[in-house]
Amino acid sequence: MLLRHTINSVTYRFDGLKELLAKATAARSGDELAGVAAKSAVERVAARIVLADLPLRAFVEEPLVPYAEDEVTRLIFDRHDAPAFALVSHLTVGGFRDWLLSDHATGATLRVLAPGLMPEMVAAVSKLMRVQDLVAVARKIEVVTRFRTTVGLRGRLSTRLQPNHPTDDPLGIAAAMVDGLLLGSGDAVIGINPASDDVASTGRLLQLIDTVRTRYAIPTQSCVLAHITTQMAAMKQGAPVDLVFQSIAGTEKANASFGINLGMLKEANEAARALKRGTAGENLMYFETGQGSALSANAHHGIDQQTCEVRAYAVARAFDPMLVNTVVGFIGPEYLYDGKQILRAGLEDHFCGKLMGLPMGCDVCYTNHAEADQDDMDSLLTLLGTAGVNYIMGVPGADDIMLQYQSTSFQDALYLREMLGLRPAPEFEAWLAGDMPRKLGAPMQVQGIAAS
Amino acid sequence: MTDTGVKRATPNLRSLTAARVSLSMSGHSIATSEVLEFQLAHAQARDAVHAALDTEAFARRLCDELPLARQGAEVLTLRTCAADRVSYLRHPQMGRCLDEESPTELKSISCDLAISIADGLSALAVERNAIPLLAGLLPRLAEEGWTLGPITVVQQGRVGVSDAIGERLGASCSLMLIGERPGLSAADSMGAYLTWEPRADRTDADRNCLSNIRDGGLNVETAAERLMWLMKTARTMKLTGVGLKEGTVNSLLDG
Repeated sequence: MLLRHTINSVTYRFDGLKELLAKATAARSGDELAGVAAKSAVERVAARIVLADLPLRAFVEEPLVPYAEDEVTRLIFDRHDAPAFALVSHLTVGGFRDWLLSDHATGATLRVLAPGLMPEMVAAVSKLMRVQDLVAVARKIEVVTRFRTTVGLRGRLSTRLQPNHPTDDPLGIAAAMVDGLLLGSGDAVIGINPASDDVASTGRLLQLIDTVRTRYAIPTQSCVLAHITTQMAAMKQGAPVDLVFQSIAGTEKANASFGINLGMLKEANEAARALKRGTAGENLMYFETGQGSALSANAHHGIDQQTCEVRAYAVARAFDPMLVNTVVGFIGPEYLYDGKQILRAGLEDHFCGKLMGLPMGCDVCYTNHAEADQDDMDSLLTLLGTAGVNYIMGVPGADDIMLQYQSTSFQDALYLREMLGLRPAPEFEAWLAGDMPRKLGAPMQVQGIAAS
Repeated sequence: MTDTGVKRATPNLRSLTAARVSLSMSGHSIATSEVLEFQLAHAQARDAVHAALDTEAFARRLCDELPLARQGAEVLTLRTCAADRVSYLRHPQMGRCLDEESPTELKSISCDLAISIADGLSALAVERNAIPLLAGLLPRLAEEGWTLGPITVVQQGRVGVSDAIGERLGASCSLMLIGERPGLSAADSMGAYLTWEPRADRTDADRNCLSNIRDGGLNVETAAERLMWLMKTARTMKLTGVGLKEGTVNSLLDG
């Protein structure tokens, strides 16, 4: 296939799909770091012009990483649903963008189409979309998942309550948990990033959340975001594991750098399902992703970071997860340099995940070495709410004192719910309207929780 | 007095955690005083990221404040390929390799442990915490009979550079003490990374990490004790990384 375009008698040639996708991507520091970004603004647009004329079918014919070399590629090809793809298989990438924006592409149609879409097709079309396109199409797609709460219903916005503490101190964690619950946070999950990744403290933290959950009859699910092998070990020792967490990436090699493979994810998913702890449903995997993770492990195979990210969603999709979120600005300025890059990346990730059929949330966030601040987060937050994001994070004052980065606060979620008329998950909304929050807010409850 | 609508949170949980709980609010929004406090903390963290580590002065402090001579350890200052902060931030791989002059100073001596100290994202973190941690760790190492390579102080360094250094020194194990990303509540958090059989191509999955070492976080005494446990276990199991977990293999050491 000839991938080239001439502008003012200069011909821009692209050597294969990988190069074409990378050069069509909006400017970002991670692709520049990898040496795959377009060399000029005009070359970028030339790549987009060529990409717009590329048949979607091209991605079925040319894997970006050889099938034999990479288990994520094998997963993508082995699970590709050809009958579902038939709906759009005659389209070019540009034609696909137009179709997605049209009235033909309803939420119901997109749900049927999802298993027919390979991540590379989804990444490709996102590269031709403006911010408003990313919002408009994502908004059509409703992805609903259930464990004890029902997350992702239209008109709802959930939050992960993230009560992290630098030393895993039960009192500090309990205080953050109570503060968040009283401000309506925690209906997607109460999830703690442990300061130390060991079996004993993972078990203790799971028990702490479970005590609060059962004592105050809170309809939600818990998670301690240790390495998946640590969670498995805790599970074997009888710890109350609801959701199983893992960071994932879009290539086998990048996943290996996280110390995981697809077999381990499958094993963990089956072990946790066997516990039968869900009451509303049995989605229980919780995955986190983020553009740049493959490159940071030197495992990107020359693929741009946004396409790698969507390949991670193909991994997530294989396990019917409860929650998936992109931790968009966590990785740092070498991958997403500033507020502008973080904003677009967050909306791309949400759109691509939803189109793949995933229950997408977003950790709207940045680190102190990036050129970004809370104003940038307010913009992304408001756009994601409009796009129908399933959940965002709830961190006390937006300041995570353990992971040392800034995310969104309990108040940010209240702002978004109020501005856009969104409500919490129905089970959690009923709990908020009952008598339990008053009991939880009574004096000395936090001390009681921490002591138990 | 005009009622501005600001309400104090009840119950007030501020005494129970350093997290920003129980914020004063007006409507659903955070009150002015709290917003300004957040902006000040962000400004301090931004300034900490861009502060420089004076490696020569820090090397002198190491020699003056720790009994290094007794353990036969010298101190070397090194630089990475990242010449300045901007290239350090935009090109992580430059912070993982040594500049052209540095490697000539490193000779293979087949030691048990190579300790590196690097600025990372907060020079303040290592200036405050590295020496107190080593004061707790060095006697333990001596007791266990670990031989030390030279202690290297690295400017514009990332975690991976300690494995490149450890490999050159022929060390069985490398330990990196490095400034972590400054947060709003603490700009002085230090991380400690341990690699068995350090090599330049090691990844995060091959390392064990203790994070948030600082006054008010993980204290240096506990960190030294946990590091020593990890190192002893690493020596017994001949590995670090996801295969080595705290609290799971006590029997190996007790036996």
